[in-house]
Amino acid sequence: MTAASLLRRLMLSVPTLFGVLVINFVLLRVVPGDPIAMMIGPGATPEDIQNLREIYGLDQSIFQQFLFYIRDLFNGNLGISISMRQDVVELIGGRLPVTLELAFVAIVIALVGIVGFGITASMWKGHWPEVLIDAFSGFVQAVPDFLWGLLFILIFGVLWAFMPIFGRMDLTVEFDPATQFYLFESLLRGDFVVFASVLQHIVLPALSLALPLIAVGTRLLKSSIIESMAQDYVQLARVKGFSHFRIVVSQAFPNALIPTVTLTGVQMTFLIGGTVLVERIFGYPGLGNMAIDAVINRDLPLIQGIVLTFAVMFIVLNILIDMTYAFLNPRLRHD
Amino acid sequence: MTDSILVRHSPLGFVLAASPRTIVGLSVFLLIVFTAIASPWLAPHDPLEQDLLNSFLPPFWVSGADPAFLLGTDNLGRDVLSRLIYGTRVALTVALVAATLTGILGTTVGLLAGFYGGWVDTLVSRMVDIWMAFPAVLLSIVLVAVIGAGLHAVIIAIIVIDWTRFCRVVRAETMVQCQQDYVASAVTIGLSRRRRLFKEILPNILPLLISLLTLEMGIAVVVEAILSYVGLSVASDAATWGGLIQEGRLYINQAPWLMVFPITCIVVAVLGFNALGDGLRSTLDPVLRR
Repeated sequence: MTAASLLRRLMLSVPTLFGVLVINFVLLRVVPGDPIAMMIGPGATPEDIQNLREIYGLDQSIFQQFLFYIRDLFNGNLGISISMRQDVVELIGGRLPVTLELAFVAIVIALVGIVGFGITASMWKGHWPEVLIDAFSGFVQAVPDFLWGLLFILIFGVLWAFMPIFGRMDLTVEFDPATQFYLFESLLRGDFVVFASVLQHIVLPALSLALPLIAVGTRLLKSSIIESMAQDYVQLARVKGFSHFRIVVSQAFPNALIPTVTLTGVQMTFLIGGTVLVERIFGYPGLGNMAIDAVINRDLPLIQGIVLTFAVMFIVLNILIDMTYAFLNPRLRHD
Repeated sequence: MTDSILVRHSPLGFVLAASPRTIVGLSVFLLIVFTAIASPWLAPHDPLEQDLLNSFLPPFWVSGADPAFLLGTDNLGRDVLSRLIYGTRVALTVALVAATLTGILGTTVGLLAGFYGGWVDTLVSRMVDIWMAFPAVLLSIVLVAVIGAGLHAVIIAIIVIDWTRFCRVVRAETMVQCQQDYVASAVTIGLSRRRRLFKEILPNILPLLISLLTLEMGIAVVVEAILSYVGLSVASDAATWGGLIQEGRLYINQAPWLMVFPITCIVVAVLGFNALGDGLRSTLDPVLRR
């Protein structure tokens, strides 16, 4: 992807981001009740309320307020959480790494699963591995995504209780983290007790997120590989005497990747969205879990901050997917 | 070919022509409707009645069970079976109301965009694109935050998020139908635009709509379960499948069955709606049937 096309892609995300900002701003205005009323305790005098209104710029026109909102945003000021009485930026900064780590592990599991199953199924097309993998993805797709986390809890937390089903690490393990990236930090510091504990806790939530993606991706990759196998260059490779394995892996697979990447890219945004619920189910202390608490407490500054953070994550992810797509498709690279 | 007038137009003929999927799906649907309507007579106990001396009773096949509580009791000694039965009411309400309203909104917009084309279509298509770019989870969080938790918030959230699902399909299908000879004939004999749209095109996309509608019901059941799981649907003591799962999650180690039953209900309901949708699609669509 050339610098120019990257820039153009970045420009395309500006309207989306602006839309999110507007929705976010309107959110605070249309909510029934005065936002100030939610911030103050009982016994506040009318002067206190007036003061607060001036501090938050609520005595200005709507347009002025929107400008204030944008200005604060650029200064990295997202306000104070009503329920937790802390700076929203700090709160999000503490939780975002947790969610990023979870999403990262989930995406890695998904990619390994898709590539592994996709290649296996197309290698043994028409034999039992393909039948088995097809049955698996059909089954996964039939069950609503949201239930996988709960089913894992029942299977691996209760039936064969060998996996932790709550929290981020064992409370008995001592760890004095410098960052919130526990998994990466413990690995880099060589603290394998902590690493094992964090990894154990991340596996089930990550797997619940990855499973629906694996099912969709495997099907697509398999059919694209099989389609590629009918192409002339595969015939040529056969004539040259390449082994079946080599033909699938080095000839058909790279060409089958493009449609798979396009679709799994879209699915990955679902995965990020899915963290909200999965974190809740597994008591995982990430951004999504905080988002639900914020909605229950109607903590508007915090909700706004989280929605904005998620929106930026989606936009960045979409750009990354476009870049991967361009990287994989030589015809687009010189666009 | 079996589709004589009789087969196409009588209820008996419909059942004869129906695929096994349709019959399975229809049975599940009717079972849910019946359970929801007859809840007060079917449920052995009041779903809210607490009996703290009898908390965490196991289901009937486990030793120590009380035959009065077939599927056991929860942490407050409430009868799980009765709560599941009353839970169908919430699930069915959301499935019917949310899916129908979503369908009406999406279909209307899709019909107009597909039929009139031009700037109407451009406007609608842009809106759908923007909508699809916005993650559903975030949108539902924002909506529930604005509206406040409750069943009405769940229904509004489903409508606002999912109308695009109908709109896209209906728009495309309307465009296809507009190219057909029968629409051209309708133009020739001088039917007004409105009659063409509602008397000619709409009946022809009805099979598609019915299958979309049943699929949407399955989605609605899941969305309601999710939102009541996180405590953003109806009041917390009311019996909902999602709420039951959430309570079960809290006592997973004492009473894992508390989670098993509502999960089963949701899976059966969703698979039923999906089977009905897919089955009806192939039964009602004359092209697919051949």
